[in-house]
Amino acid sequence: MQKLDSFSWMIGGAQGSGVDSSATTFARACAAAGLHIYGKREYHSNIKGDHSYFQMRVSERPVQSHIDEVHLLATFDKETVEVHKGSVVPGGAILYDPVLYKTPGELGRDDCLLIPVPYSEIIQATAREFKREKDLMKLQIMKNVVSVAASLGLLGLEFKWLKETIEGYFTGRRAALAPMNVWAAEQSYKLTQKPDWQSKYPYRLKPVPVPSGERRLMINGTTAAALGKIVGGCRFQTYYPITPASDESEYLESHPEFGVTVVQSEDEIAAITMAIGAAVTGVRSSTSTSGPGFSLMAEGMGWAGMNEVPIVIFNYQRAGPATGLPTRHEQGDLRFVLTASHGEFPRLVLCPADLEEYFYDAIDAFNYAERYQTPVIVLCDKALANATQTIPWYDVKSTHIDRGLLLTDPELAVQIASEGEYKRFKLTESGISPRSVPGQKNGIFWLTGDEHDEAGHICEDPDNRNRMMIKRMHKLEVAAREIPIEKRVSFFGDRDADVTLVSWGSCKGAILDGVRILKQQGISANFLQIHMVLPFPTEYVAQILTKARRRINIEMNYSGQMAQVIREHTGITMDASILKWNGRAISENEVVEGVQRVLKSQESKVMLSHGA
Amino acid sequence: MALKAADFKTDVHNDWCPGCGDFGILNAIQQALAEMNLPPEEVLLFSGVGCFAKTPHFVRTYGCHTLHGRAVPFAVGAKLANPKLNVICFGGDGDGYGIGAGHFLNNGRRNVNMLYMVFDNGVYGLTKGQASPTLRRGVQTKSLPLPNINDAVNPLAVALSAGYTFIARGYAYDGKGLRELIRKGVEHRGLALLDVLQPCPTYNTINTKNWYEGLEMDEATGIKKQVNPRVYKLESTDYDPVVHNPDDVEEISRKMSQAFQKAQEWGEKIPTGVFYQINLPTFEDRLKERIPALEEQAAAKIPIHDPKTGSPTVDISGALEALRVV
Repeated sequence: MQKLDSFSWMIGGAQGSGVDSSATTFARACAAAGLHIYGKREYHSNIKGDHSYFQMRVSERPVQSHIDEVHLLATFDKETVEVHKGSVVPGGAILYDPVLYKTPGELGRDDCLLIPVPYSEIIQATAREFKREKDLMKLQIMKNVVSVAASLGLLGLEFKWLKETIEGYFTGRRAALAPMNVWAAEQSYKLTQKPDWQSKYPYRLKPVPVPSGERRLMINGTTAAALGKIVGGCRFQTYYPITPASDESEYLESHPEFGVTVVQSEDEIAAITMAIGAAVTGVRSSTSTSGPGFSLMAEGMGWAGMNEVPIVIFNYQRAGPATGLPTRHEQGDLRFVLTASHGEFPRLVLCPADLEEYFYDAIDAFNYAERYQTPVIVLCDKALANATQTIPWYDVKSTHIDRGLLLTDPELAVQIASEGEYKRFKLTESGISPRSVPGQKNGIFWLTGDEHDEAGHICEDPDNRNRMMIKRMHKLEVAAREIPIEKRVSFFGDRDADVTLVSWGSCKGAILDGVRILKQQGISANFLQIHMVLPFPTEYVAQILTKARRRINIEMNYSGQMAQVIREHTGITMDASILKWNGRAISENEVVEGVQRVLKSQESKVMLSHGA
Repeated sequence: MALKAADFKTDVHNDWCPGCGDFGILNAIQQALAEMNLPPEEVLLFSGVGCFAKTPHFVRTYGCHTLHGRAVPFAVGAKLANPKLNVICFGGDGDGYGIGAGHFLNNGRRNVNMLYMVFDNGVYGLTKGQASPTLRRGVQTKSLPLPNINDAVNPLAVALSAGYTFIARGYAYDGKGLRELIRKGVEHRGLALLDVLQPCPTYNTINTKNWYEGLEMDEATGIKKQVNPRVYKLESTDYDPVVHNPDDVEEISRKMSQAFQKAQEWGEKIPTGVFYQINLPTFEDRLKERIPALEEQAAAKIPIHDPKTGSPTVDISGALEALRVV
């Protein structure tokens, strides 16, 4: 029996054929057995028919990236076999539908264990058993549970884990479907107990005891962000449908018990302006989109900056420009979000890099937006939006809400008594003015996209312009002073390492996993994660990078945008870049390969290209 | 205490051209607000961009002068977040029917309880008089190098098909009539469109005050006389715009057809007044049906934390349990 650091299972099939739900079932069964999961989801911009796949990495330790190799490939169509058979390790296994191949030799992987799974026979037998012969077409969806069961059977994970998962999945009105699915799964599970296969296949999954009291979640990025927004007090969310951001809004809309008003707008211009209009009334308000939608939001965001309206914008990056690769990953929007919209105004930009940060950053984003009364952009990406991972339980008790200088009625009354007429844009030392909301007596204000005076009326006076620009822009300096450095940057590893890797966003997982492998190979690497790009943690980053022996930025874009930003702020240039822009997220293997190439062949720009 | 129009005035310098139709509309707004006795702090005005868009600065209520064409979604966001506020949105004919046309149309599907008032003068005044979407084809106003090449949009007909539940047209210099229409539009429970015809004395040299009111100079006396006024009031005819039974599909169809036909009338005679009105559930009603918390209070008023400790008030443990694996 071979002991693996981590095991990689892949399932593929036509879009809409249930690939996602089978992957989730597989992952939940493993996770229930105490194993850790990281799942990567890939799909075409298509509704039905095109190829999609899900790759699940399973490990006894927490994992946060995928690996290139596949140890078990579960298929029920030819395309999945053809696209992914090359990724299966020698000695690995491929589950296939024997109806599609005359001989196993046609699969072209004699070095693997090739297991025919008679999907049709199992489903027919199930239909007979449950007297559902007339629904045979509908029941084809059970191919998914059959392939998961065959996989877990081969891997030797006790059937009870799968059984409980299926029973947990089919609840409520669908509870009646559970016995049928369990029965079908059992037939398939038994099939792969065949001693010949069991003896030839080297990989096994074993339950891992979970420390008592430990609770784990299995979650994806959009759900993590949505939950963060709920805890963070967001009660108004707008969106225009776009991949991969819509899932977040749909989660909020499907949980009305949390009281979030979700409005699907006619376009992203309406999404941002509606969210701003709502924010003016005092509600914590947000919109979520991807690059194309964010482009349309630029002008509205500028209005919020000009009028000091707290607003939170989530941009789930995907490959651009234009429609780009609409369902694929990239980190190409960094430089754009830093300057989007004409003119200058302060903004904060956070780049969460794992599924814990997706949750906690959502809460922080609203606190910053209200404290500094300005737009906050949370720059997410497709890889984590659609990743499935087991993570520690969210510590909701540790979170807090800071509404900044939002005036209560008594506070407003006190202010009026001491200072006279309320002025929304009163000049203060911090640049932040106490904020009233419509409905409050004596708090009347005017907002305008034009430059304005303290009351909010249009004013083209040059001295006023100077004062107001300084007032607004100064808030960013205050934010830089107030926000603790650990919220803005993270550093992993020994200060004294051969290599310093610099990155942001979802690359974090592959880098942290990859650094372990590099260490085994005798390469010591540390990792600097830029978490907040505005205000930029200049001093900290400069201090780390000045002492670094070899600086390498790893980014999912063509031009190394974070390296450019670092240079802009610190004057420090990277020694080498590891870049990828083929629409597929970076794997652990690619981090290792990239660093090796930089060190061995002295390449200054490594282009990565793995992924199907 | 009864409020007066003066209570709704600010001392902000007004830089509209002399004779601008905006003045008449501004007066009507301030008077209507006073007549309805709305507390100024409970009124929230929105405007887009254009000469008219400065209106909120001249009115002593909460005011938001937003972006070109975007006043409607700004206003919708505010109204949905706090339905207790009286939200009135001002657009222009270029602002609302041109660059903001998508919002004009789509908002009809929502029936948000607010008044959308469009200052309609046929030209883009602030950018020096280009043709707007409501200028007729073939008309050559002062700054057009050639006669207008585009046909005009009919905002009332568009609003009708988009789902507006109150559709009216006013005229800037009919102060009393306009006041009345503003009041009706605010009091209507649902989305109201009030298109207001207004002369632009600087750039629209065709659709002038004289043109609308049929004023002609008497050569002998030098006094203006009303000869053939174009604008007239629907309420002085037997036109009934109201759908009395919103469940009666036949009545709706009849009243919509009638309104559509009436909206085509232009030229020698131009109707003003209410074209169509129906009472239907608002977007706010629909939200309340699905979000229990909104029954109790507006989204903007839902407590989100304990102000002393900063702890969030929401309990997500149920949602986390659903995602629990061990």
